[in-house]
Amino acid sequence: MNVNQQPHMASPYGQPQSGYQGYQQTGYGNQHVPGGYPTPYAPYNGPASTYQPGPPQGMRGPPTSGPPPVSGTQAYSQFGQGDTQNGPPPMAALQQRGPQPGYVGQYPGQQSYVAQPPAQAPAPAPKRLDPDSIPSPQASDIPPVQKTRHRIDPDAIPSPIQVIEDDKLNKGNEPFVTGVRGQVPPLVTTKFQVKDQGNASPRFIRCTAYNMPCTSDMAKQSQVPLAAVIKPLATLPLDENGPYIVDHGESGPIRCNRCKAYMCPYMQFIEGGRRFQCGFCSCVTEVPPHYFQHLDHTGKRVDCYDRPELSMGSYEFLATVDYCKNNKIPQPPAFIFLIDVSYNAVKNGMVAIVCQELKTLLDYLPRENPNVASNIRVGFVTYNKVLHFYNVKASLAQPQMMVVSDVADMFVPLLDGFLVNVAESRVVIESLLDQIPDMFADTRETETVFGPVIQAGLEALKAADCAGKLFVFHSSLPIAEAPGKLKNREDKKLVGTDKEKSLFQAQVSFYSNLAKECVAQGCCVDLFLFPNQYVDVATLGVVPTSTGGSIYKYTYFQGQADQERFLNDLRKDVQKQMGFDAVMRVRTSTGIRPTDFFGSFYMSNTTDVELAGLDCDKTVTVEFKHDDKLSEETGALMQCAVLYTSCSGQRRLRVHNMAVNCCTQLADLYRNCETDTIINYFAKYAYRGVLNNPTKNVRDSLINQCAQILACYRKNCASPSSAGQLILPECMKLLPVYLNCVLKSDILHPGADISLDDRAYLRQLVSAMDVAESHAFFYPRLLPVHKLNVEGNALPVAVRDSEERLSKGGVYLLETGLNLFLWVGANAQQELLQNIFGAPAFSQIDPNMTSLPILDNPYSKRLREIIESFRAQRSRYMKLMVVKQEDKLELIFKHFLVEDKNNSGGASYVDFLCHMHKEIRQLLS
Amino acid sequence: MTTYQEFIQQNEDRDGVRCSWNLWPSSRLEATRLVVPVSCLFTPLKERPDLPPVHYEPVLCSRANCKAVLNPLCQVDFRAKIWACNFCFQRNPFPPSYAGISEVNQPAELMPQFSTIEYIVQRGPPTPLIFLYVVDTCLEEEDLQALRESLQMSLSLLPPNALVGLITFGRMIQVHELSCEGIAKSYVFRGTKELTPKQIQEMLGLMKPGVSGPHGQPLAPHDAAASCRFLQPVQKVDMNLTDLLGELQRDPWPVPQGKRPLRSTGIALSIAVGLLEGTFPNTGARVMLFTGGPPTQGPGMVVGDELKTPIRSWHDIQKDNARHLKKATKYYEALANRAAVNGHSIDIYACALDQTGLLEMKCLSNLTGYVGHIVMGDSFNTSLFKQTFQRVFSKDYNGEFRMAFGGILEIKTSRELKVSGAIGPCVSLNSKGSCVSENELGVGGTCQWKICSLSPSTTLALYFEVVNQHNAPIPQGGRGAIQFVTQYQHSNMQKRIRVTTIARNWADAQSQIQHIEASFDQEAAAVLMARLGVFRAESEEGPDVLRWLDRQLIRLFMFHLRRSPFLQVFNNSPDESSYYRHHFVCQDLTQSLIMIQPILYSYSFYGPPEPVLLDSSSILPDRILLMDTFFQLVIYHGETISQWRKARYQDMAEYENFKQLLQAPLDDAQEILQTRFPMPRYIDTEHGGSQARFLLSKVNPSQTHNNLYAWGQESGAPILTDDVSLQVFMDHLKKLAVSSSA
Repeated sequence: MNVNQQPHMASPYGQPQSGYQGYQQTGYGNQHVPGGYPTPYAPYNGPASTYQPGPPQGMRGPPTSGPPPVSGTQAYSQFGQGDTQNGPPPMAALQQRGPQPGYVGQYPGQQSYVAQPPAQAPAPAPKRLDPDSIPSPQASDIPPVQKTRHRIDPDAIPSPIQVIEDDKLNKGNEPFVTGVRGQVPPLVTTKFQVKDQGNASPRFIRCTAYNMPCTSDMAKQSQVPLAAVIKPLATLPLDENGPYIVDHGESGPIRCNRCKAYMCPYMQFIEGGRRFQCGFCSCVTEVPPHYFQHLDHTGKRVDCYDRPELSMGSYEFLATVDYCKNNKIPQPPAFIFLIDVSYNAVKNGMVAIVCQELKTLLDYLPRENPNVASNIRVGFVTYNKVLHFYNVKASLAQPQMMVVSDVADMFVPLLDGFLVNVAESRVVIESLLDQIPDMFADTRETETVFGPVIQAGLEALKAADCAGKLFVFHSSLPIAEAPGKLKNREDKKLVGTDKEKSLFQAQVSFYSNLAKECVAQGCCVDLFLFPNQYVDVATLGVVPTSTGGSIYKYTYFQGQADQERFLNDLRKDVQKQMGFDAVMRVRTSTGIRPTDFFGSFYMSNTTDVELAGLDCDKTVTVEFKHDDKLSEETGALMQCAVLYTSCSGQRRLRVHNMAVNCCTQLADLYRNCETDTIINYFAKYAYRGVLNNPTKNVRDSLINQCAQILACYRKNCASPSSAGQLILPECMKLLPVYLNCVLKSDILHPGADISLDDRAYLRQLVSAMDVAESHAFFYPRLLPVHKLNVEGNALPVAVRDSEERLSKGGVYLLETGLNLFLWVGANAQQELLQNIFGAPAFSQIDPNMTSLPILDNPYSKRLREIIESFRAQRSRYMKLMVVKQEDKLELIFKHFLVEDKNNSGGASYVDFLCHMHKEIRQLLS
Repeated sequence: MTTYQEFIQQNEDRDGVRCSWNLWPSSRLEATRLVVPVSCLFTPLKERPDLPPVHYEPVLCSRANCKAVLNPLCQVDFRAKIWACNFCFQRNPFPPSYAGISEVNQPAELMPQFSTIEYIVQRGPPTPLIFLYVVDTCLEEEDLQALRESLQMSLSLLPPNALVGLITFGRMIQVHELSCEGIAKSYVFRGTKELTPKQIQEMLGLMKPGVSGPHGQPLAPHDAAASCRFLQPVQKVDMNLTDLLGELQRDPWPVPQGKRPLRSTGIALSIAVGLLEGTFPNTGARVMLFTGGPPTQGPGMVVGDELKTPIRSWHDIQKDNARHLKKATKYYEALANRAAVNGHSIDIYACALDQTGLLEMKCLSNLTGYVGHIVMGDSFNTSLFKQTFQRVFSKDYNGEFRMAFGGILEIKTSRELKVSGAIGPCVSLNSKGSCVSENELGVGGTCQWKICSLSPSTTLALYFEVVNQHNAPIPQGGRGAIQFVTQYQHSNMQKRIRVTTIARNWADAQSQIQHIEASFDQEAAAVLMARLGVFRAESEEGPDVLRWLDRQLIRLFMFHLRRSPFLQVFNNSPDESSYYRHHFVCQDLTQSLIMIQPILYSYSFYGPPEPVLLDSSSILPDRILLMDTFFQLVIYHGETISQWRKARYQDMAEYENFKQLLQAPLDDAQEILQTRFPMPRYIDTEHGGSQARFLLSKVNPSQTHNNLYAWGQESGAPILTDDVSLQVFMDHLKKLAVSSSA
């Protein structure tokens, strides 16, 4: 795509607009012409007939879209003016490809157009299969008129890769300074440094729109969601400072009297510094004497730059006892490990692996000062259909086991010795962990309980009067007689019906009540699942997802093969920084207010997001709605305050401030949006929607909203052009392709091979994802490994997720955020294979390998480095799968080539774009 | 002709039987006129060193509803090899094994000196003794330490093959698994939730679905023995258990200010009962409860955990203010019944300064236990507890434990007699037979009773009714017979049957009243009537019982019984009353008499020790008194003696005789302490000492602060009491006896 590189003389909005491209190929190939390129391009280079399924001829279409006239030419001719509004192809042309499975019946005018005989002779079909050989630029040579009805060149539609690369080029080189209100940060795919100068770093908060409409009418008209994706405890790169800690003394942080917003750069000091006016609610509050400071001639406090809360976007306050539960300084939190020791769990090796790992892992419990031992206490429980608590008091020679069989009415059988300090009780703990696998080696108990397990952890935390986290290692559907007992309700026949939503809902209400209790105690639950069959993730996941916990799922877990992934996940999960017993509150300036929240948490009222645990990966998406007018002058402010207990037991308040501009012109809104964030919002919105609505309705409403967004732009912001033209806002030109990925995802459009558990699992996973993760999840990164430059640090430019882009001679690394695939083309060079796999030939590559052999050549080294660096970026360990071309595993791999049609009928990018265009045109007419 | 005195003594020595009357009035009418019913005290396992058990099965009468055992009273036709049952007159052939029988070759059971005989029989596989310790951990450290040591010590006293189990409780209940290596394992239950026996067995993993019987029946005992991880042979788990007891900690749950520790005695016992029920039904087993305070939570709680609410007193009970009393009693009764059905006994060792809820729990031991196995003390760290507990495991002349299990006592009577009931540590087995009277006295309506746990001194009071009508005279010289058949499991795991057959002559009350009078056994009658009194006192209001007693016993000497703690609750807590009553209905005649009328010995320079009147006039300055009330042993030094002692005359060579005088009662007391179970409270006090109250409360208050000056100052010590003295009582009694209204 070249649009960004063009001068936009005709644009009334001062920024480049991306029209429907595909007609300019300057960004690709060898005919790239920088600067304005006046030549009108023909949009089509593919022969339509090749792809025509041969519908009956002579049928008439609906009157709304007349037969494609020669006017097609007109559309493209506009291009010649150097405008970026590339003429879209008339629908007629688009529909020559015939019905798409995903959109059958949604094209009322379809049949009439397919009736049109193709005007051009078909181009050779094979071209399409080898993307490297697609001579895209050649298209420009062909007179537009002749190409009217050809298939759309995939290269000619907005390319995510192009956008990502452009952003890297434009924004990746200099630090992003947050002081300027309303500027769009670099994309999540761009590596950049942040300088906090008064607004929160995009690593903490990303917004869908950095220019918010001033009025709700505008917002409604545009349909652009106003949301912020907040990751309050995000880990920052080493070269950026974490939030400073501010102590306002015994009286606690200084706050606005009325709205209780915390002191921040938006507070305006007046009357010589004796009072301040709240930027959120405009209330004037006295400055307490100990906080008084004189103002300089500009009205700023003299100590402005000495105080993080007056000059930074993010900082932390030390909370006083008033901010603690029951007005008591909290106890240090505790970690409780609850290990399933039923037959399956023992047999698949999980028990032995966990016990072995915990012996070393317990030395790495989170701490704030690396030189001091962690304050976190630990406790151990094993269970099958009864629970075994362990007394690991330091004074004991041997651990003691206490069996509680009364699972109907859970209680903690011991007080002293259950939660212990690791250093003090090390010998006893090690003895315990050594003995657990032996004790249950011969177990024949196959039934498990689950509800009582969480209750046990919860009761233990209650008894110890502290917050904490439960690590539950669980293997099977809890069918033993106990509260929270489940039955197998797996019924694939419900997929696609109106009852599909029930599959995402919890089977029993027990767990949501339990979750409520957990949240009240600050008991966060992380669930590690090792199922061999249906375990009802939708129900088991209720507590983790309501308490800020995570779910990890290792289906068909096998000690040898999956140990690495599990252990890496476990290590990361245990070690990661987190806050306990957290409450998050988002305050905004008058005019908007947060109306909806998405993520892993619990809300007992409409404003407070309660998180029993909040780790550095958990993200909350907040949607805002207008309740009044905003002013362009002051912009819109938001302050996210998270009150939490640190791992050392300190009560703190983390504050993130964010100011965005407000606009009265729709164009400003469209020019300052972030598609990745919008997609994050859409995905979470839709994934929650499936709980209560038929999946089809959810999909339709997504498509509809997206069409409205784009139609509104087309109507109000784009320069007048033919109605048949598809014109996309520059910031949103990837909206269709990404949205298609959301729609095609396993949640909204399941294939036959995906289990109900996996869908529930992914649904819950996405609901707490940040923008970077959701981006990779929906549009996986596909790296041509064979183009790897072993000399430098640079990664090869990614290719688009389409089979067309794969070269038979290449090797590609695909990263989805959850998995890594290494696709090996059948014709890959021998040297390449030797370097990577140490295998002389394609046929000798072991498709079962989960890690690359460590070979002493720069190529292998570099590739492994890349893989490691990818893994390091993600919160979960990505298992590597080697996929050989034509191998049966390739099916799974192809599922992630999201620009293509997929097996279950998901539309290809091109088809979806056409459909989108159609929708927009309908809205416009 | 021997005197009745000798006859009675002989009978008691041989058969362990003391009858109120040794000649029985021959008709119902006459019997009822006698006031004291035809009744007896029976000590089933009276120690008989001279009685060798025989190793064969008893010969039974073949009549289905009789089944009396062949005994010396039966008429035998040696030629025809036929014997006639003396109860139903059925003629029975001897079994083939008796083929060699003749006048000169008689089996033991036919010899007159074997009116009591013991058979060792083979019935099923022998089951080891079972001891399940149920230990309260809500104790002071010092107490717990003492208890730990006592329990550890007890392991060495158990037979090596005996099965032991350990349940500890406080706020929660832990059932310890004893067979595990490495990690000590226990099953934990909360103390507030009542569980069904089935639930308990399931939760302990004793019932495997699929392995259990068709109706969810628990495993057969021998299977369970192998699989029950909670009851293991002492020899196998000795070390484990010693360690476990050594590591036993005080209940770790914090007890806030002003609260009692939460003690889940009720559930702990129900789990103990449930465990045994599921694993060893119908096998002798002892549950030994060691508790240091009242149950404060869950079913069976006796008092709440708020210290500001004191535990119920008699006053509360009379005012109907004891909130938990009825519920708790009902709960423990249900438990006791379950245990009794399975032949398991429950002992209570309660050591606390305050009450521990014995009143509510007493039925556990009344129904299932036997003499002495309610033990009440102030602390586990006293010799009272330590030695008593040790004595539980004392052995007899054969080196065998003086305990037996799972006893069933069956009574057979000749036609003129029917059995009205029994009073003692037994439960009715509801076995209706031809010899069961319709009039119940004590636990009646049955001719079989279960006595879960027996000791050689366990004594039952049995009451009979003469049913012979006045107009159907019994021929002169006719005798009434009673047969006592006691089946039990001996402590050496043998199954034994002891058969005692007694007979007494019938006498016509009109013509032979003086003979009947002469046959009256005053001591036995006193105890038998006292038991009736206590039995009533347990179930009725105090004053009513006293009135009944006065009415019934107007002709008997009952002054001390009237004042005893068995009937009077004044100055005793409900727990103490229960404790005293429990022992009263279990002990044999001698001990019972001591309880009714404590013995007082006087030591002086004027002669050898002599028994003196239990009267305040006996309290003299130059005497040392030794009083034995069964529960207390008081040595009281008179004023002068006490002063001498303080002046340490006994240490001077020239006052050797004083030293000897001081030593004499100590030696005598020691002798009593050696044999008494439970250990009496031993009190050494002197004139004016606070502990002297134990003596002063017992003696007849012939001198009180009211009549002090009238009686002169030289003789005895005045008692500060409003109780009437024996003189007053007697005067009143005389008046009543002659007044027409009586």
